[in-house]
Amino acid sequence: MIWGVSGNAAGELMNITFLLNGETVALCDVDPTRTVLDWLREERGLKGTKEGCNEGDCGACTIILTHESDSQKAASAVNACIMLLPQLQGKAVRTIEGVQSAQGDLHPIQNAVIEHHASQCGFCTPGIVNSLVAAHMRGATDHDDVLAGNLCRCTGYAPIIKAANAAQAENVPEWLADIPDNLNITPNSCAPENADELAEWYMNNPHATLVAGATDVGLWLTKKLVEPRQIGFLNRCTDLQQIIERENDIWIGSGVTIDQVQRAVKARYPGFSGMLRYFASTQIRATASLGGNIANGSPIADTPPILIALGARLSLRRGDKRRVILIEDFYIEYGRQNLQAGEFIEGIIIPHQPDGLKVYKISKRFDQDISSVLGALNIIEKDGKVQAARIAFGGMAGVPKRAKAVETALIGRDWNRQTVEDAQTVFSHDFIPLTDVRASAEYRIEVAQNMLLRVWLESHGQTVSVREVTP
Amino acid sequence: MSVKAPLPHDTAGLHVAGSARYIDDIPVPANCLHLAFGLSNEARGVITGADLSAVRAAPGVITVLKATDLPHENDVSAAAHDEPLLAQGEVFYHGQPIFLVVATSHLAARKAARLANITISKRPAIITIDEALSANSRFEGEALVWNNGDAETALNTAPRNVEGSIEIGGQEHFYLESQAALAQPQENGDMLINSSTQHPTEIQHKVAEALGKPMHSVRVESRRMGGGFGGKESQGNALAVACAVAASQTGQPCKMRYDRDDDMVITGKRHDFRINYRAGFTKDGKILGVEFVHYARCGWAADLSLPVADRAMLHADNAYYVPAMRIESHRLKTNTTSATAYRGFGGPQGMLGMERVMDHIAHELKLDPAELRQRNFYASQKDTGPKQRTHYNQKVTDFELHEMLERLTDTAQYAARKKAVSDWNANNDILKKGLAFSPLKFGISFTLSHLNQAGALVHIYQDGSVHLNHGGTEMGQGLNQKIAQVAASEFGLPMERIRITATDTAKVPNTSATAASSGSDLNGMAVKNACNKLKKRIIRILSNHWETTQSDVIFTDGMVQIGHHSMSFDAAARLAYESRVSLSATGFYRTPKLSWDRLKGRGRPFYYFAYGAAITEVVIDTLTGENRILRTDILHDAGTSLNPALDIGQVEGAYVQGAGWLTMEELVWDTSGRLQTHAPSTYKIPTCADRPDVFNVALWPGENRENTIYRSKAVGEPPFMLGISAFLALSDAIAACGEIYPALDAPATPERILKAVNRVRLG
Ligand SMILES: Cc1cc2nc3c(=O)[nH]c(=O)nc-3n(C[C@@H](O)[C@@H](O)[C@H](O)COP(=O)(O)OP(=O)(O)OC[C@H]3O[C@@H](n4cnc5c(N)ncnc54)[C@H](O)[C@@H]3O)c2cc1C
Ligand code: FES
Ligand code: FES
Repeated sequence: MIWGVSGNAAGELMNITFLLNGETVALCDVDPTRTVLDWLREERGLKGTKEGCNEGDCGACTIILTHESDSQKAASAVNACIMLLPQLQGKAVRTIEGVQSAQGDLHPIQNAVIEHHASQCGFCTPGIVNSLVAAHMRGATDHDDVLAGNLCRCTGYAPIIKAANAAQAENVPEWLADIPDNLNITPNSCAPENADELAEWYMNNPHATLVAGATDVGLWLTKKLVEPRQIGFLNRCTDLQQIIERENDIWIGSGVTIDQVQRAVKARYPGFSGMLRYFASTQIRATASLGGNIANGSPIADTPPILIALGARLSLRRGDKRRVILIEDFYIEYGRQNLQAGEFIEGIIIPHQPDGLKVYKISKRFDQDISSVLGALNIIEKDGKVQAARIAFGGMAGVPKRAKAVETALIGRDWNRQTVEDAQTVFSHDFIPLTDVRASAEYRIEVAQNMLLRVWLESHGQTVSVREVTP
Repeated sequence: MSVKAPLPHDTAGLHVAGSARYIDDIPVPANCLHLAFGLSNEARGVITGADLSAVRAAPGVITVLKATDLPHENDVSAAAHDEPLLAQGEVFYHGQPIFLVVATSHLAARKAARLANITISKRPAIITIDEALSANSRFEGEALVWNNGDAETALNTAPRNVEGSIEIGGQEHFYLESQAALAQPQENGDMLINSSTQHPTEIQHKVAEALGKPMHSVRVESRRMGGGFGGKESQGNALAVACAVAASQTGQPCKMRYDRDDDMVITGKRHDFRINYRAGFTKDGKILGVEFVHYARCGWAADLSLPVADRAMLHADNAYYVPAMRIESHRLKTNTTSATAYRGFGGPQGMLGMERVMDHIAHELKLDPAELRQRNFYASQKDTGPKQRTHYNQKVTDFELHEMLERLTDTAQYAARKKAVSDWNANNDILKKGLAFSPLKFGISFTLSHLNQAGALVHIYQDGSVHLNHGGTEMGQGLNQKIAQVAASEFGLPMERIRITATDTAKVPNTSATAASSGSDLNGMAVKNACNKLKKRIIRILSNHWETTQSDVIFTDGMVQIGHHSMSFDAAARLAYESRVSLSATGFYRTPKLSWDRLKGRGRPFYYFAYGAAITEVVIDTLTGENRILRTDILHDAGTSLNPALDIGQVEGAYVQGAGWLTMEELVWDTSGRLQTHAPSTYKIPTCADRPDVFNVALWPGENRENTIYRSKAVGEPPFMLGISAFLALSDAIAACGEIYPALDAPATPERILKAVNRVRLG
């Protein structure tokens, strides 16, 4: 009898090497579907990392990850519950047990949490501390953002914020410096080191499930309990993690994480990066890839409507063959994308253009929530007229979809309230949304229409977001 | 003195280091087995076939149990014996456990549990309040009706009337630690249970029944919970019993923790309510009479629904004197999860009904809502007039709200901000602001009077260190710290000389649930009682020793002083030990002055009342219904606080939880009775950014007029209801869009807000 079996291994067993709380861990024969959380708790007996939801929503499992020395990727907080062990390859991990010094000195944040009464039942506390510690290392001080992925049911958060503020000015303790650069890594064939290797491997294993950040795939494992036959990992392909500013466009590798996208588009498209602040949480954004968000094919994924409104293209690759398509042509119907067996997304290309983009995400809760409706409205006005309009919505159809009738109702018309009101009436030509737990069909259509009015009001200097109102 | 000091939570140091142990963190022997339930995928039907062969064959599965495999009682109900551990022939809600998988890992058990082939012949399921009403599906046979005065005549003769209805959604507890239990077989067939429970004695009782043993064969330990909020009062029974039965059959330790989705599907939640109201009042807003009809959706089993619905009735007055009131309470039986205790225990729903009435009247009369409320308050305690009795005939002798309202409206600059809000609204079409005041009066005591008792066990060791246990459980509220502060004060010892360990049925028997906010009231007194016994013994020894009288003994600063003699506490303990005096004592307490007839709705169910008041300001977007809390000011009455830091923590946390209940937290069942919001991806509790931008919380400097532990007041539940002010503020913002009353339902999600805005705009 084998104790602690966790289901059948998906394909090849793997060799994984990483730093755990400062010490090198080299594992052989790792089941690639094993989650980091399970391994930490069950195998290593590190019980400080908690399971609150097993789906990336509560943050109780938050751990700190440091990547190969690269200033762009300083310590990030991530969710251990939906991260797979092979994603740790070559990285450094700190759990709550490794946040205090070996001698037992507490981190300034830990002391502040005690002093400011920021723990009650204590179950969320290790995750909260880790999120704050990682932010402290990065110098991030927007605590609402830092903690958007950490639920606390007891405190009402006020004391946690007090603690975070109190510890902000303290130095980062030197015992937290992890440099995972010189780890001795044994490569695994199912975790290729670059796009060429990946292309070849995937051609030979076209039925494998690709995993980039696992923020979608992780839930298939922990919630749907699927047992994939084979997994291919993208996290070692550093060439897919590049962002290249070119003369006419930006090329974003499919493996680029959402938080990197957020930084990369900030100057050109503040509406895009501003929305990404409300994409999931800090933890998820540090893990989730842009390619995964697109490839997953969800009608409520946040980036596709924005990329459609920007006229972005996808560079798809199968073996040596590449093709470039408009992202709007990628989505055929619900659950079906324009992607062949053995083909993957290599990069996303956003053409340079004047910025007319407004993005609005509507959800029940501002932070860490899935959109009921996401509107991306790219409207260029010239001399009082609408010169160009590319408008797309998420949550309004089975796929992220362009609002062509609305665009037509705007282009060439005077940019005034009447035009907006006229265009509002044609939304029903573009969309017949569904009712689900997040919102009713009527609400969705009304809010989508109102977004157009919001753009117009905003262009006339009105405050249109409750988030901008102060007491 | 350590009482009244703002000390941190006693195990905060363990929380931050990740070394505080919850059930799933307890080291277990390598042969520990893991459990998962197989669940019904129909809301109601007869089980016609259960093919479990694939489950048994799945990797890691040791055994699978059905109802017929259970050796003794198949019941995990709180009282009514109507809740089988495993469904017997019929299923009554979607998610009801049908079989139990015992496997070598948690994941293996979960995977196997999905492989069953269960056939259920569907029966018509009753899901909604309306379906239950038309099927006359209810508990207690008929509606419970309380009458005080002649409400009908009062309404018919009143100069003005309003009537309406409000839907009030339920609420998932979302304790961060899901339900968990561990059973370890002992010699002689005894069982040791570790459970994340608010009610160890009930766990002991249910496990003993299930094993066919007397209670002395079962020991239950509960060190701490990762949150409870009422959700671990009865809902942990199933896991503990499952573990005990599996452990006794396999002879191996057995552990069970619910995956979050299972937890949300299986366990009970706050009752959702519909409240219909009719109120009559004078032109200046004095209430003359109110009629309420409460419809409570209780789910498939009784659980604690009757006392919950009773408490809703008891709080139908909130803080107001109502000369004539009639309440009709329908306890509806539906094929949904059995609704259970949740912070406030029906009080919040009852109170919201009355606050809705006040809001509606203020709108109707265009009166300032705070002013209107004050006009209807019970009389201040100095007053001796007739405005002193509740609708259940309890005298209100400690009413604080007149003074609290004055203080709070002053510190929160209510009048100036009311004006600023209306100016803002006059100048802004799209974003509207709202401001609202809500008071609360919450009755403290279990309404089942015999539960108002507690025990304690205090040891002084020969080195003078003190170890104690009491019947309460720690779920984050800091109960152990408060109790330790009581013991430290009684003995005049520094806090580090007091140690409290896990709540244990072998130390303190026959305990009540840590519920009804009673934890420190009851257990604090029981511990004080035990400390006093021990002090008396020490005093006797010392006065013999120094041949002085026993009158002037002081325990302070680690010393014991008698007259001009003094000795360290440790030396005194040593002396007592050597003099062969027992240094161990039990303590006991029962709440005095209670008498209550729930069927008639008459008597004194509560020892005293706790008060609070809040003012909340919000902003809404009339294009999308998006909204935010801008500022909240709270003044809360915790009597003479045992620990102001912990009490303020309770108030802040409760407010945010209460506001969450009425705003973003939405439970959605589909028409076939499937809960669709069974994970944090779809069920949204407040995050950090949802707390008020400005959040001022102060404690009211008053003492409990009743003789409670150091004159403190219970604080666990009452401030939850301050969240009502957020809901009222949203309603106020919507009202600014037109003339008619918004009649907002709860939870006020962006969608409901937008609908209400449209309604008001259309007029
Ligand atoms: C708690 C939580 C909150 C979330 N909130 C949001 C939100 O607010 N907005 C939102 O849009 N999404 C949200 N998501 C989903 C979002 O995180 C994912 O869609 C993410 O972007 C997927 O990226 P990944 O790298 O994690 O993909 P993975 O999970 O690794 O993969 C997702 C899918 O894409 C495929 N895939 C990945 N990379 C490629 C590639 N290069 N070529 C072809 N196929 C590929 C995989 O095979 C898989 O089918 C949330 C998820 C969680 C868990
Ligand atoms: S356990 Fe909730 S986010 Fe990982
Ligand atoms: S302290 Fe209990 S959940 Fe945060």
